[in-house]
Amino acid sequence: MSFLKIDNVTKRYGAVEVLHRVDIDVQQGEFLVLVGPSGCGKSTLLNMIAGLEEISSGTIAIKDKPMNGVHPSQRNIAMVFQSYALYPNMTVGKNITFGLEMHGVPKAERDAKLGKVADMLQITPLLDRKPGQLSGGQRQRVAMGRALVRDPDVFLFDEPLSNLDAKLRVDMRTEIKKLHQRLGTTIVYVTHDQIEAMTLSTRIAVMNGGYIQQLGTPREIYDTPNNIFVAAFMGSPSMNLLDAVIRLDGDDAAVEIADGDGAPVTLPLPIPAARLQGRDGTKVVLGIRPEAITDPDGADKSANTVVALKNVIDVTEPAGSDTFVTTTMAGKDVIGRMRADAHVHAGDNADLAINMDKAVIFDPKTEDRIV
Amino acid sequence: MSVATQDTALRTGRVSRAFIYLFLLLMALFYLLPFGIMVINSLKPLSEITGGNMMSLPQVWTLDAWRSTWSTAQIGVEPTGMRPYFWNSIKMVVPAVAISTVLGALNGYVLTKWRFRGDTILFGLMLFSCFIPFQIVLIPMARVLGLTGLAGSTTGLILVHVVYGIGFSTLYFRNYYAVFPTELVRAAMMDGAGFFRIFWRILMPSSGPITVVCIIWQFTNIWNDFLFGASFADFDSQPITVALNNLVNSSTGVKEYNVHFAGAIYAALPTLLVYIVAGRYFVRGLMSGSVKG
Amino acid sequence: MASAPAQADLRTRLQNFIPKLVLAPSVAVIFLFVYGFIIFTLYLSFTDSRILPSYNLVGFENYSKLFRLSHWTTSITNLAIFASLYIGISTLIGLALATFLDQKIRGEGLLRPIYLYPMALSFIVTGTAWKWLLDPGIGLEHTMHLWGWESFQFGWIKNSDYAIYTVVLAAVWQSSGFVMAMFLAGLRGIDNEILKAAQMDGASNFQMYRRIILPQLRPAFLSAFVILSHLAVKSYDLVIALTGGGPGRATELPATFMYSYTFTRNQMGIGASSAVIMLMTIAAIMVPYLYAELREKK
Repeated sequence: MSFLKIDNVTKRYGAVEVLHRVDIDVQQGEFLVLVGPSGCGKSTLLNMIAGLEEISSGTIAIKDKPMNGVHPSQRNIAMVFQSYALYPNMTVGKNITFGLEMHGVPKAERDAKLGKVADMLQITPLLDRKPGQLSGGQRQRVAMGRALVRDPDVFLFDEPLSNLDAKLRVDMRTEIKKLHQRLGTTIVYVTHDQIEAMTLSTRIAVMNGGYIQQLGTPREIYDTPNNIFVAAFMGSPSMNLLDAVIRLDGDDAAVEIADGDGAPVTLPLPIPAARLQGRDGTKVVLGIRPEAITDPDGADKSANTVVALKNVIDVTEPAGSDTFVTTTMAGKDVIGRMRADAHVHAGDNADLAINMDKAVIFDPKTEDRIV
Repeated sequence: MSVATQDTALRTGRVSRAFIYLFLLLMALFYLLPFGIMVINSLKPLSEITGGNMMSLPQVWTLDAWRSTWSTAQIGVEPTGMRPYFWNSIKMVVPAVAISTVLGALNGYVLTKWRFRGDTILFGLMLFSCFIPFQIVLIPMARVLGLTGLAGSTTGLILVHVVYGIGFSTLYFRNYYAVFPTELVRAAMMDGAGFFRIFWRILMPSSGPITVVCIIWQFTNIWNDFLFGASFADFDSQPITVALNNLVNSSTGVKEYNVHFAGAIYAALPTLLVYIVAGRYFVRGLMSGSVKG
Repeated sequence: MASAPAQADLRTRLQNFIPKLVLAPSVAVIFLFVYGFIIFTLYLSFTDSRILPSYNLVGFENYSKLFRLSHWTTSITNLAIFASLYIGISTLIGLALATFLDQKIRGEGLLRPIYLYPMALSFIVTGTAWKWLLDPGIGLEHTMHLWGWESFQFGWIKNSDYAIYTVVLAAVWQSSGFVMAMFLAGLRGIDNEILKAAQMDGASNFQMYRRIILPQLRPAFLSAFVILSHLAVKSYDLVIALTGGGPGRATELPATFMYSYTFTRNQMGIGASSAVIMLMTIAAIMVPYLYAELREKK
């Protein structure tokens, strides 16, 4: 039995369909992240779960109870908004208990719950302040307190970290994850930041153009992206996507690309040729993540198929923990990730190691993954 | 209007700065003169005005003109002074401003936070009503007031001013609420607050400034109205602007200039007072009436 | 469609209904008292109504009569003169005041309210003040004579050829401060860094105004034009208080024409047709403006 069931849900504004037949089953205690570029429909979907937007067709059910047409306050859900949406004229304490007050919870019980939540979030000293006197991180906590105090079935988060500075964002990310682990609540979380999606979620739904492109665990999404969109969207720096041609020779499968000088280079694939039957000589898109292109000493020792080759380095970008290098293959910039102390300089004809275990291949027409 | 000055990055020379100051001061004189002279001359006896120089200060300072204008001056045919008309205006302005402001606030709230199909067109139609020449409604309005027995009554004038004031008050609140975070309304909705509770608990506490703007605007406009007052009022309901016009135009015999001036000042006093006390808001009101959003 | 959306619960349906219920009285009132009345007046303009409304249709007779009346042609000629001068001069003065005030002027806080306060006054008060100031027997001319400038002449208000300009003068006095406020807000809204960049590019003050600042004030120009032009067409009180439409008919405007034909001369059909012309004039300016403003917001 699924806890939150999104069944064949479509959203239309007039004649324009912005969300197409979305199906997601969320289990109790899951942390589902909806991720995608702006305009992909993720916030619309969240708002439909919340009841803030009407469902054009399909069903959203929580604990097997259909929620279509049910007022937001009757769904037993709570939401943390992007702007936090703290009531500016009320104290922090009032903000947190306003929902309980609206639901007719007696004062004594409200105060008890407030005390508990404030303790948990360490905001007890702030309870008499107004939101205007709080820092960004404190507001964030209050917004979460307002959601927690309701003890809802499902928590909804709408890009809650996007208004924080970089450092605070990382801290709050950890905090949200801790909270989820401690309370075991069911969370649906919307973000456009793929790192947030990877770090927080138990499952990710990558969305684009009103479609779910892929639904899976962070590992599945990262290692075996369904299509070129997912591959390019998830990961930073993003996956290198190169034009290549399939070469089959007996049992061996390989792809051929052009190196920096335009000379053909053959990269063996760690799969039997049978899986690419009939595709000999066809054009494909080869996807390699930057961390699979390293200096020879930095290559994954456990990998089966590592190809060594030499190519000219155009740019190096030391990032402290690693050094990113840009080189040219198949007429495109290719980014590799080397150890911080690898000795490479711009202009070097450097040794590179490509871990083909991690390579993926897409059909250039359908953009779907073949291998 | 933002009143914060900013560094304009422009540099001006000594001569041009002198010219600028001269121009600004002369213009200040231009704006001050008519009303200033009126005030000064209202404090003179009539003989000093007709026989002397309007630019000179009174030799005899007197409040006689002010006193007689208030309580005994001949307006139309009755020597009632401005007093009853002043109260007529008050009795008309206060309810009209209150009702149109409340309606405007609710309309603005609905039009921004409870949007529905066609709401922009509806707002456009309301907005256009602010700008119509009122001549187009005079004839049917006179008929309707006559048929409903409201002709010549303060109630009738209140109705007229509310009707033609809704457009502006809605405009003010709509533009103000348009930038009020919708997420707050959504949060309150999820917290279980209903339509009126959200308005009362969430929006109203933040609506102070725009309410002041709206009240000032409506007050100024309705107080200063002449056309409706002249068309639809009789003695018991005539506002002060109509009385002033009658005072100035209908007096036979000697023109009592000092009385005219005192009358004009009585008519101007409430709006000027509002302007002095809350000028900042008054300007903002003027601005949002023009530069929307 | 897989499954029809479940019926909304009572609370939700009620919540959807209340906003429309709250808006309804205002909408009803506007439809009746504004648009209903407009239609009624439009209808009357095609009837032979005299002292009372009549429902006898006479086609365009009122309009053809209207445009044959010299009283009406005088009114619209006056309106053309009045509106163009009023808008032009108010804009010029407003722009000059705003530009100069924006030069880090000492005492700006004192000057601004002085420029603006006339806007708070009734046109009747403005008219009373100027009527007397312009009266040659007692006002400015008289004062100049007392000061020894015997040959000074300023009798425009008594002169049919010039009286309309006194209406312009008083109207400009009342509104130009407001135009100043609009331009000042526009000027203060211009990004200072753009000006600094232009200065680094070697633009002179004049070039800076012409090429960078004025173009950015376009919205303020447009708003000022729209506001002033609709005030001009509606002008009624000021003329009544300042000149009463005279001397003769020298300062009659469409608004005063409409009033006198409808209510004192008992030519309601003609009065209605003149009101329709006034409405159409304003609509020609306001409708495109409002349409553009409301569209942009989406």
